[in-house]
Amino acid sequence: MIQSLPRQAVESTQVGEPWLNMLIFGLFVAVTMVVVLRASRNNSTAADYYAAGRSFTGPQNGTAIAGDYLSAASFLGIVGAIAINGYDGFLYSIGFLVAWLVALLLVAELLRNTGKFTMADVLSFRLKQRPVRIAAATTTLAVCFFYLLAQMAGAGGLVSLLLGIDDKLGQSLVIVVVGALMILYVLIGGMKGTTWVQIIKACLLIAGAFIMTVWVLAIYGFNFSALLGAAIETSGNPDIVGPGLQYGATATTKLDFISLALALVLGTAALPHVLMRFYTVPTAKEARRSVVWAIWLIGAFYVFTLVLGYGAGALIGADRINGAPGGVNSAAPLLAFELGGPLLLGVISAVAFATILAVVAGLTITAAASFAHDIYANVVRKGKVDPDGEVKVARRTVIVIGLLSIAGGIGAQGQNVAFLVALAFAVAASANLPTIIYSLFWKKFNTQGALWSMYGGLGSAIILIAFSPVVSGAEKSMIQTVDFAWFPLSNPGIVSIPLAFFLGWLGTVLSKETEDPQKQAEMEVRSLTGVGAEKATSH
Amino acid sequence: MLYAVQRGLAETREAPNEEVSMGHDPSAPGAPPATPVDFTEVQGRPRFKELRKRHRSFVFPMAAAFLLWYFLYVLLADYAHEFMSTPVFGNVNIGLIFGLLQVASTFAITMWYVSYANKHLDPIAEELRNELESEAPEVFQDGAGGTK
Repeated sequence: MIQSLPRQAVESTQVGEPWLNMLIFGLFVAVTMVVVLRASRNNSTAADYYAAGRSFTGPQNGTAIAGDYLSAASFLGIVGAIAINGYDGFLYSIGFLVAWLVALLLVAELLRNTGKFTMADVLSFRLKQRPVRIAAATTTLAVCFFYLLAQMAGAGGLVSLLLGIDDKLGQSLVIVVVGALMILYVLIGGMKGTTWVQIIKACLLIAGAFIMTVWVLAIYGFNFSALLGAAIETSGNPDIVGPGLQYGATATTKLDFISLALALVLGTAALPHVLMRFYTVPTAKEARRSVVWAIWLIGAFYVFTLVLGYGAGALIGADRINGAPGGVNSAAPLLAFELGGPLLLGVISAVAFATILAVVAGLTITAAASFAHDIYANVVRKGKVDPDGEVKVARRTVIVIGLLSIAGGIGAQGQNVAFLVALAFAVAASANLPTIIYSLFWKKFNTQGALWSMYGGLGSAIILIAFSPVVSGAEKSMIQTVDFAWFPLSNPGIVSIPLAFFLGWLGTVLSKETEDPQKQAEMEVRSLTGVGAEKATSH
Repeated sequence: MLYAVQRGLAETREAPNEEVSMGHDPSAPGAPPATPVDFTEVQGRPRFKELRKRHRSFVFPMAAAFLLWYFLYVLLADYAHEFMSTPVFGNVNIGLIFGLLQVASTFAITMWYVSYANKHLDPIAEELRNELESEAPEVFQDGAGGTK
């Protein structure tokens, strides 16, 4: 999308002062680094490193969840989508928000009560440790990888607009800087440092969006209808306030939207980096409070983006947004410049960078924990490793994952960021959610069912993506020269999610083995009462 | 300080999990003594059954309801453009109100669940937790949950 647009407006696109943007971002890095250094003083044990000693309060963790969840894709992407496609951009944010009810009602508290550090702890609780752990770690790493790639690729695209760095080399350099900073934060700060970065970033992002929202509304006399009227006038298209501009084109795009909606609403509660956040609080009740805080903050934020999106559509207009170097993603920064000049642009740009930094940090620590705790400590070393050794491996894994994501981010430059994020949601919903739900609520569920569901969901999601128009055959595909796409939809959710649920059931009923009823009873009692749950470490 | 105890217990808890084939045999070599807590018995207690019933009878219907409500919205936005574009006041149409209603219903369900859990789930969960902890203090002490 970004590449295919004409660059007629190039001379008008360099807005603001790159040095000011860099200065404000530098300030953010300096402040958060101090906080991370202070927070990391007690980072000695595995529970400290992976789960921040389980010492955060519900409100703190809820804010951090919002910081983890509101990625650059949802801030820049949704504001841009609403500015250009109107209502259809709003549909995205509703799915992202409603999805939290799955986490609140079905997953958060039960997971907090039964697990220790990772998603695999819960999934393998009453099933066979080795195979289930390996499967759960595989899906965790796959989801984190797609999500990381999306964020790193997004970082490259963002700089072209914000710092005026347009060439490939400069963008790659910025990806290296972002990656190196992220490695530093996670290495030093562990989960505690990562959490504080996310909290600070969430406050800045939500406050920034709030100020801009009030500003935009003030311009239109706090009359939302007048704002919509102005957006219609600028775009010259009254349909911008109704659905259908983006997804209403053909029967296939309509079906694609249902597939996306399914992946969004079921994917959130199965994202490993979101699940891991529930272990940073001392009790299930605090886990519940975390989700409640997260829902309020995320819900308010998405309402702000509705105003900001139409505000950008009204004050800037689709043509100028599309003409800017960042394309759709530039709507929010351009709006900031329009409202508050270079200073507000600098602040919003720094917040956007901070967003990427905080999200990649959260993903990296999740992937590292999964590798060190699940694969290394429990599978390779069969549990015979002291926690210090495990944390050492986790720290090394952080460096490896950081380097991989830098390389991947440079390679994925110019790729469609939204597609990578949607893929991560689809993979999470297909590979993780059925097994999470079954193992928490279905007594007869067994190892074969879990393995079929996880590998079946992961495999089918990835295969369908590989043979979809996002990879080959279409105008915006990764590979445009050949066409091997036989799956018509760009999101696999509508097929892979029901398939994974079905495979989990089928594998279970076809298996001759039964699991230990004592373990099932233990999991159920612990999940609901919280007896014997991991408690906060006291220093 | 407390953590040292917890860590020790946590290690023994992890240790028996390495079996290659069937399940969690408590008599596996290297496993700590079998748990003094019979969870199947706890699972059969009327109070626990009551807790499970209260939890499931709230979350399952509620999950079904909000998913249906959400997909009603998605399908209308996807296939009923005319209806969703019907103006209500000024430039605000049914679609926008419907979308904001989704946000409102999400907030409402959240508050509803929290008040339900505070009133009907937490007291009984705490009661059972205290009961179990006093029955087997050596198992649940310090919350390390060495339950194998």
